[in-house]
Amino acid sequence: MRAALVLVVLGLACVPVAAADPPSPGVTHVKVPAGTPAVAWGAQLFGANCVTCHGPNGEGILAPVRGVGDQTGLGPSLVGVGARAADFYLRTGYMPLDDPYSQPHRSRVLFSQGELAALVAYVASLGPGPGVPSPHPERGNLADGQESFTEHCAGCHQIVAEGGYVTNAVAPPLNKASPVEIAEAVRTGPYLMPRFSEKQITDAELDSVIRYVIYTKHPDDRGGWALGHLGPVPEGLVTWFIGIVLLVATCMVIGRRFHA
Amino acid sequence: MTRWVIALLVLVLGRFRRRPRLDSEARIVPAGTPDRRAENVVLLLFACATLCAAASLFVYAWDAIPNQTQFLGLALGLAFAFVSAACIVIGRRLVVTEELEEDYGTTHPEEEEALDQLVAEGGDRFTRKRLLIVAGAGAGTAIGAALLAPVASLGPVFDVSSLYRTPWRRGVRLVDEAGRVFLADDVEEETFYTAYPEHADREQMGAPLVVVRFKPAELQLPEGRAMWAPDGIVAYSKICTHAGCAITLYRKPTFAPVEPKPALICPCHYSTFDATKGGEVLFGPAGRPLPQLPLAIDGSGELRAAGNFSGAVGPSWWGVRNHGPRS
Amino acid sequence: MISRAVHFLDERAGVAPFFRKALRYVFPDHWSFLLGEVALYSFVMLVGTGIYLTLFFKPSLAPVVYHGDYLPLRGREMSEAYQSTVDISLRIKAGLLIRQTHHWAADVFVAAIVLHLLRIFFTGAFRKPRDLTYYIGLLMLIFALLEGYLGYSLVDDLLSGMGLAIGYSVAMSLPFIGANIAQLLWDGPFPGSDAFMSRMYVAHVLVLPVLIGTLIVLHLTLVAARHHTQFISRRATEKKVVGMPTFPAYAPRSLGLAFAVAAVLFLMGGLIQINPIWQWGPYHVSQATNGAQPDWYLGWLIGALRLVPSFDVTIGHYTLVPNAFWGGALFPLFVFLVLFAWPSLERRVTGDYAFHNLLDRPRDAPWRTAIGVAFFTWIFVVFLAGAADRMFVLFGLSYQGQVWAFRVLVWVLPVAVLFVTKRICDELLRGEVVEVRRKLVEAKPAA
Repeated sequence: MRAALVLVVLGLACVPVAAADPPSPGVTHVKVPAGTPAVAWGAQLFGANCVTCHGPNGEGILAPVRGVGDQTGLGPSLVGVGARAADFYLRTGYMPLDDPYSQPHRSRVLFSQGELAALVAYVASLGPGPGVPSPHPERGNLADGQESFTEHCAGCHQIVAEGGYVTNAVAPPLNKASPVEIAEAVRTGPYLMPRFSEKQITDAELDSVIRYVIYTKHPDDRGGWALGHLGPVPEGLVTWFIGIVLLVATCMVIGRRFHA
Repeated sequence: MTRWVIALLVLVLGRFRRRPRLDSEARIVPAGTPDRRAENVVLLLFACATLCAAASLFVYAWDAIPNQTQFLGLALGLAFAFVSAACIVIGRRLVVTEELEEDYGTTHPEEEEALDQLVAEGGDRFTRKRLLIVAGAGAGTAIGAALLAPVASLGPVFDVSSLYRTPWRRGVRLVDEAGRVFLADDVEEETFYTAYPEHADREQMGAPLVVVRFKPAELQLPEGRAMWAPDGIVAYSKICTHAGCAITLYRKPTFAPVEPKPALICPCHYSTFDATKGGEVLFGPAGRPLPQLPLAIDGSGELRAAGNFSGAVGPSWWGVRNHGPRS
Repeated sequence: MISRAVHFLDERAGVAPFFRKALRYVFPDHWSFLLGEVALYSFVMLVGTGIYLTLFFKPSLAPVVYHGDYLPLRGREMSEAYQSTVDISLRIKAGLLIRQTHHWAADVFVAAIVLHLLRIFFTGAFRKPRDLTYYIGLLMLIFALLEGYLGYSLVDDLLSGMGLAIGYSVAMSLPFIGANIAQLLWDGPFPGSDAFMSRMYVAHVLVLPVLIGTLIVLHLTLVAARHHTQFISRRATEKKVVGMPTFPAYAPRSLGLAFAVAAVLFLMGGLIQINPIWQWGPYHVSQATNGAQPDWYLGWLIGALRLVPSFDVTIGHYTLVPNAFWGGALFPLFVFLVLFAWPSLERRVTGDYAFHNLLDRPRDAPWRTAIGVAFFTWIFVVFLAGAADRMFVLFGLSYQGQVWAFRVLVWVLPVAVLFVTKRICDELLRGEVVEVRRKLVEAKPAA
């Protein structure tokens, strides 16, 4: 009986472990002599890490190609995406992506700061594109941000940015996103996310949205243990596994079993 | 003077003296041995409860305390917990736990018969009992119906035609949350917009729209809707046809070979609608496609409705397909 | 002092014999017999905290602009109902504690009723003469579900507003009469008129509590009239109930449980946040959030609504059965129909119309236990499906995959569980017979 229990517990523990981030494929670091311009260094890094999917000149590989070591080469063109998109995908660890069919997700960044800057410079050089934005959340209005976030973002990312489900994809929680990353994501529209331009969300409005997102990392939780801000599902778990457990335990203390 | 004080004390204290128990009285509750240790425990528990309750008063009064809700709950909860523990100790250790027997109840056939007889005899003067009962029941039902009639005033129970009504008709301009008019040129691809009818109440299911732009070649609208998407801009009701939630999700592929096609999605039960195909259901429980609103771009480049929706808006009911929406 | 009070009451109401009987009334003792009391004391907590909340809550949908201290909502338009709840939570001292205790009490109330229902079912306590008590209990469960739903919908926040839209859609989906019922209740198309808030409020604050309170009195009176059931023992039989008297043994225990319920609920109300509506924002028809869920006791319905495949049943232009009907209305109707019909069904199938004052251990009624476990497994699997999107976000299990898996599991698992449970009960019983025989053999002196 106890063995069965142990097996069940172990089995349940395996689920989150199995679903955790698969190990990153690893990146190839390229050493260059000092004084090499960033774009050149970036070109070498790109050649070592990105061409399998994005093509030798970042033009994209639009039909799957079997590459070295079982890697499938398939990826969009990076010409004209600019520093903004490159900075976003690289700093969040969305790229490099092991399997072109899987959803990019936040993971450990294996490039150094210098390498990141070089790669961004190189991708930006592929064609004219937007630069890295510089948001000012401190200038934003929290209430406007809440309203704008509810309107444009909460449907996917949940009202306090805890993330959610979109058919066939995850809209990630935003607790790790920096202001620059938020601005980049909003303007770029990574993966399945819509792309909101300055016409739709002005820079001032974006500052408010970013201010709100930062706020959601530490919202007003004066009610106590916040249960991840997920609402009734964890509340139901607490009801049964804390409330009912305590009360049934009390019943068991009070109630006696008469022995015949 | 002392004598008066002593007399007063004796008088007052004497009132609380217990009446002496006669030995001949048989005990109802069996005797049990005292347990001073348990009593001490109960006293301690009561003391703790008192302290906690006092603490909660203090927490309530002290405005500057941070996390006041937590301390209040902790203090009050613990106060009750200590009292609960005291009661349980009393129950298990300080009162006698007897095991008594009682009879389970049964039925009472004689009384039942007597009742039957009573009812029968009470009514045996009647010659047409059944007819009278029917008449009485009829009167009662009629009065019941009469009393229930005002319930129908609670809402338009007989006239559900307002379910077809939307504030959209040909020429109504689309505005955003702030009331600004939508210019066709401002509507970009790869994102989604919420639009409302100008000068109309927004808090109704027929009002909000979700607007998206595609390249005209990407559209595969149903028959008869070729003119509904000027310049590739399409508009749909924002209210899901399954259970009435607002459709606030839009997915758009960055790289089509590996990502699913664009779709409008409802966050409640994940009904997924194809915005290029007239709101066809791709996934999820919705039983009807998303109603599409025909659009037109007027002379000043503003987006206007070119008619009413392709179907009734909101969740389905028995008449939802009977005819289209009305303005 | 007590003797003076007793004398006073006996002179004025003649109650001494009643008190004597009541104080020596016999309660069989088993911990599982206390679950109903947990529900009862939760209800008392609900009424107490609820009355306090009505002293502050404004049941009005009139729009106001928020000018309070909570910055993310400042300047936002919202209903008075929502604003007053934000004020209770963020501005009024002890308001948040009382509000959270009230909401936790509601969740625990329904959980305790469900646990109590399971105990009643699996021990056969619903059999004659207690079937009427059982029906009243089921009715209270239905009222409790409705009461909870209305309670959190009064607040007019984004999450509960979405839930009301779904409730409206389920009403609309009733064949033939759906639209009419929905228009009647809501006074027009969703979101209805301001009168709808008045209706929710009066139902939640007056009508349902009075109904539940009355049914509680009836329920307890019936329990007392026939005495509580008991497990068999040497002295406890179908004719004799064995237990401890109200006074002095049972009363302190029962009081202890009452205070424990209060303790747990206040501790949860103060330490664990629930329904932080200031974070959700006010409800608007055109807005929604991801991850919206009803309170746990309605999770079975969201699961059902999500699992039903996409189809409306139509005859020509007439929409006979809109999609939401199957999961939102037929499923719960069927579940309660089965629960209501069970006592008479069991009587008819087993041919057993006798009184039963003794309880079965679950294994003593293998078919009842097996079918019961299968039935509740069915409901539970549907309930789990309601949280499938969160499972996807947490564990990466494909949502579409889960939907299909659940659609299959929902039918396969209960059948499997039925046979496994029946087998377990049979084996346990057989094992006991063997054990008794073994003891008899051992007791015989060696030949």
